[in-house]
Order: sequence, then C-alpha cells, then structure tokens
Amino acid sequence: MAISTAFNNLGKTVMHWVDETGALAIFLGRSLLKVFHYRQPPFIIQQLYYIGAKSIHIVALVGLFTGMVLGLQLYYALTRVGSTGLIGMVIVIALVRELGPVLTAIMITARAGSSMATEIGIQRMSEQIDALHTMRIDSIGYLVSPRLTACIISFPLLTALFDLIGILGGYISSVFMLGLNGGNYFYGVRTSLDINDITGGFIKAIVFGIIVCTVCCFQGYFTHMRSDGHGAKSVGLSTTSAVVISCVLILVADYVITALIL
Amino acid sequence: MDTPLIEFRNVVKRLGGRIVLDGIDLQIYEGEVTVLIGKSGSGKSVLLKHIIGLLAPDEGEILFRGKPIGNMNRTEWDKHMSRISYMFQNNALFDSLTVYENIALPLRQTTHLAKKEINKRVMSRAGQTELTGEVSKYPSELSGGMQKRVALARALVTDPEIVLFDEPTTGQDPVRRNAILGMIAEYQKKIGFTAVLISHDIPDVFFIANRVLVLYEGKIVFQGTPQELEGFKHPITDEYIQSIKAFKEKVSGMDSRRHFTGQP
Repeated sequence: MAISTAFNNLGKTVMHWVDETGALAIFLGRSLLKVFHYRQPPFIIQQLYYIGAKSIHIVALVGLFTGMVLGLQLYYALTRVGSTGLIGMVIVIALVRELGPVLTAIMITARAGSSMATEIGIQRMSEQIDALHTMRIDSIGYLVSPRLTACIISFPLLTALFDLIGILGGYISSVFMLGLNGGNYFYGVRTSLDINDITGGFIKAIVFGIIVCTVCCFQGYFTHMRSDGHGAKSVGLSTTSAVVISCVLILVADYVITALIL
Repeated sequence: MDTPLIEFRNVVKRLGGRIVLDGIDLQIYEGEVTVLIGKSGSGKSVLLKHIIGLLAPDEGEILFRGKPIGNMNRTEWDKHMSRISYMFQNNALFDSLTVYENIALPLRQTTHLAKKEINKRVMSRAGQTELTGEVSKYPSELSGGMQKRVALARALVTDPEIVLFDEPTTGQDPVRRNAILGMIAEYQKKIGFTAVLISHDIPDVFFIANRVLVLYEGKIVFQGTPQELEGFKHPITDEYIQSIKAFKEKVSGMDSRRHFTGQP
C-alpha cells in the first residue's frame, strides 16, 4: 500500500513537471511569435531601460568585486607554485566563460526577474490581464514579448560589461594592491582568450535571458492558478518561485551549454 | 419576439466545487438595456464573464445571434469580441498608466487610428465622464468613484455594440450615480448599443432598464420588464422590498426626530 502511494505521488509529481514544462514551452513560443510585431518597439525600449539600463550599476559593482576577489585569491594560490604570471589568464577565462554570464544572469534575476513576476502577478490578481483579453489585446504579446526581447538584447551586453569590469577588478587587486606586473596581467588576458570563449559566453547570456524572462513572466502570469496561496500571498510565492527556478535553471543550462561547447 | 442577441441555454458553472450557475436560461435582446439583479455573491459577475469568454460554461451553451460562441472559429470570435466592451467591477485599470493612457489603450492597441483621432476620442470620453482635469494622473491618485469613471470611459471609447457593465455605479455619490445611469441611457439611445448592467441601485436602475433579469441561487427566476417585476412574488423581491422599507423607516425616523427636536 505504502509502495503504491509512493508510486502514485511520484507519478503525480512527474506529470506535474511534464505539464509545467509543456506549458512553459507554449508560453515561450507564444511570446516569441509577437516579438516582431510592429507595435512592439516603444515597449521594448521601455523594458530595455528597466531590465538593461537600470541593472548596469549592480552588474558593474558585482563584476568589480568578483574580479577583485579572484585576483586576490589567485594571487595567493598561484604564489605558492610560482605561477603568478597566469593570474590574468585564469581571471579572464573564468569570467568570460563562466562567472560573467552566470553571475550577470543571477543578478538580473534578482533585480528585474523578481519585479517582472511581481508586476505581472499583481496585474493578474487585479484583473488587468483579463481586461486586456476583453479589449482584444494579446496579453502575452503585450506583457511578455517586449520583456523577452529586452532580455535577449540586454543580457549579452550586461555580461560583456561584467566581464570588462571584472577584468579591471582583477587588475586593481593583483596589480595595484598586490604589486603584480601589469604587463604580465594583460598579456595573459590577451593571449588566453579566443573568439570561441567570447561567443560561448554570449550564447550562454542569450539562453539565460530567455530562461529568466520566460520563467519569471510565466510564474507571474499564472499566479492565480497556484494551489498554495491566494491573493497577495500567491504573488509573493510566485516571485519566490520565479527567482529560485530561474537560478536553478541558469546553473543547469550553464552545465549543458558548457558540455556542448567544449 | 426577435432572435435574442445573446442567449444562455441551460448553462451550468461550478467554481471551487460549488455550483454558481445552475442551468441558466436567459435571453438578451439587441438595443435594450438589460439589468441583472441578485444578491452579492450570487454569480452575477460570473454570468457576465461568460458572455465575453473570460469563463466557459461547464455545461450548456451560449449563443450569439443564434450561433454557439463555443463553436466560433478564431475570426468569428475576434469579430464577436470586437463588438463587446466590459467594465469590470473592480475597474481593472492599469496602475502604471495614466488615466489618458488607460482610456486610449484599446484604441492604440487594436485600431489603426491616427494619434490626433485617438486624442479626440479619449478627450471626448474624458469630458463626458468629468475627467478632463485628471487625464495626466495615475489611477492610484484618484478616488474610487473617479477610477470607476475612468473604467467607464475606457469601456465606451471604442464605441462598442454591446457593453457589459459590472456595477458601474458602486462607490459613486448619488449625483454622479444618477449621472452615470443617465449617461448609459443617453448613449444607449444615441449609439444604440446593447447594455447588460449589474446593479444594486434599485429602483433607480429600473428607470433606464428595458428588461430585468433576477438571479437567485444560481438560477434566473425572473425575466421581464421592470413593470412586470412589480407583480412578481418571490423571496428575493421580498428581501429587496424589505430593505427599501427598512431604509425608509430610518429616514422617516430621522425626519420625526428633527420635527420633535425642532432642529433644521
């Protein structure tokens, strides 16, 4: 009996995840269909400002300290084996291939993704999305597509900014503060990086942008269908789910893309 | 009688395990103001949301000019929706948009009208709903009554053929309440739209009603003219009459007190 109940629960959980994944895929498909609609540009510009421009400060700050802490850690680690000349190379590879896209995506999820889920969730609970339906306005096209486009554009740009500031951060800590040779640092940066690293980083950033936007908007859009809460509580729960699921999927996708690229 | 514009045939709707609409049969005729009355929580809004497709019946069917709306293809459904406007009970205004942008939204998103024409229409509706000075404000900066008028202006800005009003006068002072009812009646005569109105403003709303529907315990228990409703014997009419009577007694009680104390 207990085994039967366990299998029953497992089946339900699997079916739930299959349903959710299917719904998420349809949601993404419908959002992509409206990306090129002629009414979109003003809304895309607005979202570029909210998602992209307003994230610049936080991404730059995190990038700076990530680079600085990398410089610091690597300096002491590589001093032991007498390879401090490799610091620039290790920092740039770590930043461009992994840390840049992943940390940028997580920072944007925390700043803009959570606000997407909350805003759309509130619009759902206050019947604004129903109002769009009654006015014959495609709610996904109106609310999600501009955000998706803005994420696809801004994630790679912010990742590039993160990488650049991170490299400068590594320079500040290892050269200015710890006295490493600046020429060595930039020589390592310049010689270790090839176009595949940069392309790979951008591919990751674009995929993360799609994941974050789709998951956050999806959670907000279907706030009213949550079984674990109603009203304001369900909006809060949707926001939490949006951030947690996005972060987990970013890391999973990072592994998958890395495995495919390498 | 003519073919109804909208007809419900044995519509059943269950929500959260409760039967909200229990075999609804009703007819709404073109060019008329139909008032739907019933106690709070009796399913009036649920019924209205079926007409615009926000909810679908669990059983039964809804016909538009004799054609089941459940069988409409995308083009037919789009055409059906383009005729209807809906004013939500809770207004459903976009709080991140100004009053002007809220009213202009359906015109900007679903028509190809020039900016100048959109501006003309929006300002005209804003003027009629006494909102000219408020167009640049956000809904959160307005009173509940004003927000209601913004929702009303948005519902009418597309010149719809059918307008569904979910308690349009709730939260309005008596002067504005009568003004809104008057405006609905005036526009109905001028434009000739079909109005379906949920209201608790009895008997005021009967002055503009051509037909009255009474929803009671999930069923339509009365369909007819306001005059016919006077002779209708049912627990729901007793409840309404009693409430009106109780209100009158209160008022007359105040009058007698004033008379007794000599206060103005």
